[in-house]
Formats: sequence, C-alpha cells, structure tokens
Amino acid sequence: MAAPPPPAPSAIGEELLREAARARGRGLFQEARARLAENRPARWSLRLLVGLALGALLAPLLPLPSPMALALSEEPGPPSLAEPWNRGWRHRVTLTFRFDEPMESRELFLRAESALLGLVTLATRVRPEVIPIRAQGRVTALELALPYRPEFDPHLGSQLEDELAQHLAGRLEQGRLRLKNGGAVAVSFLGASAENGYWELNALDRLLLDLRQRLFGFHQTGALLGTDAQGRDLLSRLVWGSRVSLTVALAAALVSLVIGVSVGAVAGYLGGWVDALLMRVVDVLYSIPFLFVVIFVITLLHGYRAELEAHGIGHLTAFYAVLGLFTWLTMARVVRGQVLALRHREFVAAARLVGASHARILWTHVLPNVLGIVLVYLTLTIPSVMLLESFLSFLGLGVEPPRVSWGLLAADAMEAINPLRSFWWLVVWPAVAMGGTLLALNVLGDGLRDALDPKLARR
Amino acid sequence: MILFLVRRALWFLLTLWVVATLSFVLMRSVRGGPFSGERALHPSVEAALRERYHLDWPMWKQYLQYVGPLNLDGHGPRFVGGDGSDRFTGLFALDLGPSFHYRDFTVDDILRQSLPVSLALGALALAWALILGLTAGVLSALWRGRALDVGVRLVATLGIALPNFVLAGLLVLALSFGAGLLPPAGWGEPRHALLPSFVLGAPFAAYVARLTRSGMLEVLSQDFVRTAVAKGLPRRTVVLRHALRAGILPVVSYLGPAAAGILTGSLVVEKIFAIPGTGTHFVNSALNRDYTLAMGVTLLYTALVFALNTLVDVAYTLLDPRIRLEDA
Repeated sequence: MAAPPPPAPSAIGEELLREAARARGRGLFQEARARLAENRPARWSLRLLVGLALGALLAPLLPLPSPMALALSEEPGPPSLAEPWNRGWRHRVTLTFRFDEPMESRELFLRAESALLGLVTLATRVRPEVIPIRAQGRVTALELALPYRPEFDPHLGSQLEDELAQHLAGRLEQGRLRLKNGGAVAVSFLGASAENGYWELNALDRLLLDLRQRLFGFHQTGALLGTDAQGRDLLSRLVWGSRVSLTVALAAALVSLVIGVSVGAVAGYLGGWVDALLMRVVDVLYSIPFLFVVIFVITLLHGYRAELEAHGIGHLTAFYAVLGLFTWLTMARVVRGQVLALRHREFVAAARLVGASHARILWTHVLPNVLGIVLVYLTLTIPSVMLLESFLSFLGLGVEPPRVSWGLLAADAMEAINPLRSFWWLVVWPAVAMGGTLLALNVLGDGLRDALDPKLARR
Repeated sequence: MILFLVRRALWFLLTLWVVATLSFVLMRSVRGGPFSGERALHPSVEAALRERYHLDWPMWKQYLQYVGPLNLDGHGPRFVGGDGSDRFTGLFALDLGPSFHYRDFTVDDILRQSLPVSLALGALALAWALILGLTAGVLSALWRGRALDVGVRLVATLGIALPNFVLAGLLVLALSFGAGLLPPAGWGEPRHALLPSFVLGAPFAAYVARLTRSGMLEVLSQDFVRTAVAKGLPRRTVVLRHALRAGILPVVSYLGPAAAGILTGSLVVEKIFAIPGTGTHFVNSALNRDYTLAMGVTLLYTALVFALNTLVDVAYTLLDPRIRLEDA
C-alpha cells in the first residue's frame, strides 16, 4: 500500500519555510558559550584545567623521573637541577650478561653494547639502555634497562646470550679487535629482574613511554620541585598523583551523575507516591553526615577486599564507587525540580499524544532539556569529590601506596615537616596544585552556571 | 510550630533507625569479624570474646540488644563501664555498647571523654566563621567594587577552594615553625585551640562572607532601608539594625550545613593537630576496625546534625516572620 502523497505546501507556507531556513537560531549552548567566553576568570580556569588534564593524560610522555624512584637520602631534598636518582625514570627490566673476558678495549665494549641494543630492540621492540658494570675499572658485565616491562619471551635471555657471543666472536674473527688473551669472549646470561618504575601502565601509557624515549632518550629532569622524605621527585609525584586524583574525581562524579539523574528524572517524571518516597529517602540521606558513613563503609569494604579483588574490583574502583554513591543527592534534587517543571509542558503532552512510551519521552524529550543544569552541577560535583578524595587519602583511608594522590602528598608533607627543618616545598607545591585546581573548577562551575542559566546567576 | 517539631522528631527517629539498622547489618556481615587481627587468638580466648560481645547470639537477638530498650543478657555484670544487669540497654537507653578495640571502655565512655573537646573546637571554628565572615561580608557589601570588596571576594574564593589540611600545613609552616608564634599541635591550653579552630572555620568563613555580601547587597537596595536612611538615622544604625537582620538570613540557613561541615572537617583537623577529640577516635576506629565505636560516632553525629538543622529552622522563623515552619 503506497503512502499518500504529502499535501502540497501553500505558497505562504513555502515562504515561511524559506525564511526559517535563512534565520539562524542560537541554541542554548551557543548562547552559553558566548557568555562563557566573556567571563575571563572562567576562561582561564578552563584553560588551566585542560592543561592539567592533558598533563595527567600525557604524564608518561613528559621527561620526568619515575614517581617511585628512590634516592639515597636521609631527608627531603630542596628544589634543584641535580638528579639524585641513581637510575632514571625507567621501569627497570634488567638483563645482566657476564663476560668471561673483562672488556678492557673500549671498542669491544661499544660493539657489545650496540649488538645488545640491536638484538633486544629486535626481540622486544623496545630500545633499551645499556649500563656497563665495572669491576676494577673493567667492564665485566652489561646490564640492560628498558622503559617498561616488555612482553617477554622466557627464552629471551639464553637466546640473546648465544647471539651476543656469536656476534662478538664474528667481530673478533675479523681481526679488528684484539683481546689480551686472544680468542673468543664467552658470554653468559645471568638473569632478568624487573623493578617497577610505575604502578601500572596501560597500552596507551606504554606507547607514550616509547614515544618519550624516542623524543628524550633517557634524559630526565632534575628534582625541580624538590624530593620527599624517601628522595622521590615531588614534581613527578604531583603529575602522576594528578592522574589518580582526577580519575577518582571523574569516575565518582560519573557514578553520582548516573544515580542522581536517574533518581531525579524518575521522581520528577512519575510524580505521586514514587516521587514522595524517593524524595523522602533523599531527605533522610541528606541529614546524615555522610563522610562518616563513607568512612564507615570504606572500613567495612576492607573486610571484603579479597572477595572484591577476586571479582576484578580493585580497591580504587570500590573507592570511587563509594564516593559516587554518596554524592548524588543534590543532583537528584535539582534534576527532579527541572523535570517536574518540564513534565506539563506542551511538547511532552504532544509526545504522549503521538504514543511515545514513558522511557522514550524521558530520554529524548525531557532529559536533553535538563542537560545544561546537569552539566553545571557536574562541574560543581567534581571539586567536592576531589576534596573528599584528598580528605580520605589524607586520613589514610583512600588511595594507597605505591599509588599517590594529592591528598597523600599533603599527608606525607604534614608528616615530614618539623620545627627543626621546615621542608617548605613539600607543603607548598601540593597546596598550590590542589588549591589551583579546586579554585579553577569552582570558578568554571560558577561561570558555567551563570552562562547556562542567567536566572540562577549569583546576585 | 509544635506540629513541626513533632514531625521533625519522627523524621529524626526514622533517620537514626535507618542509619543504625543499615550500619548494623553492614557491620555484622563483614567476614572475619573484628577479632581476626594480625595475631591469631587462642580459640578459647576468641570464644570468650565472642560471648562477651554477644557475637555468639543469632543476628536478630544481637540487633534487638543493640537497639534496645530491653536487656536480653541475663548473665549479670559484664563490661567494665556498663553493667550487664541493667534492665534497659541499647540505643534507647543511650547505650552504644562496648568498644571492640579499647576493650576496657564502652563507646559511651570514649564519647563522653572526647565529645567536649570536639564540640569546643567546633564552636570556636563556628565563631571564627561567623565573626570573620559577617564582618568581611558586610564591609565588602558596603564598599562594593572597591579594593576591599575585590580583596574579600578573592580571599573568599580561595578560602572555599583550599582544603583545610592544606591551609593547616601552610599556617603551621608559617606561624608555628617560621615565626614560632603558636604551637603546631597539642590540646589543653587556650593557645592550642587558636590555629586548629581557625583552620577548621576558614572555609566556612569564606562562604559566610559570600552569603552575607550578596544578602546585604540585596537588602541595602530595598525600600525600607531607603526609608530608614531618609528618616535621618545614622548609617551605623541602618546597617546594623535594619539591613543586617534581613541580610543575614541566607547565613542563618547556611548554619546547618556549616555545622555539619565543621563536624566533618574536624576529623582531619583533629588528626593534624593531635587533638584528642571524637574525630581522632573515629578515624582510629576506622583504621582499627572498631565497628561499634565507628557506628556510635556516626549515630551521634547524625543526631547532632539533625538537631542543629532543626534549631536553625526554628531560628529562621524567629528572624523572618514571613516564613512559617509548616511550609518548610
């Protein structure tokens, strides 16, 4: 059955349509963007935050020392250009080879080094650094350091041993090198060991570390902001800590977003007893000092740690789920208010008339209209969650070593300072980082609120 | 008014019951229990402990014992602090049970010792917040757009953003270690309280300043203020008698959340300054898996916050006759 042809639009209608096509309306978000662009503090905050997020994302690319590399120091070191760390930033996978013949000839050593470099790069696709180990001034062994743990072939060591011996022997036979005792060098593989430079690396991080090595080699910056009590680089810990802090904040904010919007939308849209019940629950939860409950729940979760980890839920995941579970209340209230106001608008009635289901109306008609205010409250939730995270980490209940977050850094600082020696850099730099970020988030949130909803703007 | 208070009281009981029940269920469902610590206990010792803390009872009986009001334990005196032969026990008798970690103390004992400290600290912090915040807010509103106003707003924004432990670190560094003015930690003398209470109150002072400023700005432009000025009243009187009363209404309604925030913030501040308050005990209880103590503190603070909020609502109607409690 063919569909009936659409009725021909009248000339006036066509005229109107043409005019409508010419006129370019400004949507809510364009309007908001224009208003936000006029707000200088908000603009700068946005730039700062984007920079921070990029820094956190690209942390492996930056030529920083490892946040876990220790120095042999008895107390925190002040900011300086010096590098107090023995080895660089690498995730130290070390392969040690011993040569029966001590390599006195510099050229022989160079050959061995380049051979090893080539072989390992071929085998693992990661370019290592070769560290000569000297006994009485003579190289007796070579050690390899790789930027991160490569996919290892378990036989790699012995394979390399053979190839290295052949390679060196080949060079020797060509007669260009002479050893004191003459003859070939016997190479033996002593073993591989791995030492963490980072607490975990995903595929992107490995890629970035690779790229970093191509760009900067094994170069790394000195202790620009000083070192902590164990001699770890403060700048690097701040940058890597920002990853944890920002991840926790974003994830927890997302959890609270999902819960808050669902509860608020359902309560506001359905109304009646559902609304009353949900809002009473929210009221009850509101009157609980929830940080105490959060700490209580986190304490209880410690009891279930093994079970949770067996299900692939790490400590950190549980942590931000709990944070999110307790921060959705304001969001729910705000969304409910908005949805309540939208529910009786004509376009919702029209959609219902056409026969749209409740889920469809909520999803495609109501929710897009509360997006703006949700965005505003999301930007205001993130700093409060960040604050909460640093609070809990500060108390030793949040992020756990070896990971580091800004709250942990502040806690470390409070432990390290004493009346005799004030290690000011330990206190000041985390304070600057945290204060700046939270300030920027607050300013941006306020700016967004003013931009998206001028009616709500602060008096 | 009475209806309002009765309704509030009912909600209060419901809230406490929800918190108590939820935390009880969570607490008792933790595997291992509180005594499976670093050291394995001798089975007979553990059995004795379990019996003493009623962990050998079925769950429902433990719950009834915890909530009260009837004492189900017929064995006579048991705890050092409490007396097992009491007829009434549990939450209804304001009995929070024995501490799992400090085995010679009941939770009530610990709270009785530490709560006055925390409340004193909190009250001082609130005083800081109100004195600094109101002064700054009023001055800032009066000199709107001048350097003072800009300065107050900047400091207030910073104060809201900076976590209190960060502020504590900076101030200890500058005032205690740098200038040697104030002790960096401790409790007992009045000067010990100065730094922690300021640190605790500072973010709230910032918020109060903001609220006062915007409230005052709105009120100062209203007709009754203009009338008062036209009447020839001195500026002081107009600002302090007429405008302030209406201008601080937002601050009054903020007092409830502020008090809750101060109680929460005192967890960290007490730890930093080594103050033997409830917050310190709570954090330690979380680290020691001392569930009864953690639960007791949670319940107590829930009750405190609820009471404060109700008080604030009542105060609000006294200040602003336009608002009726029935609407709230």
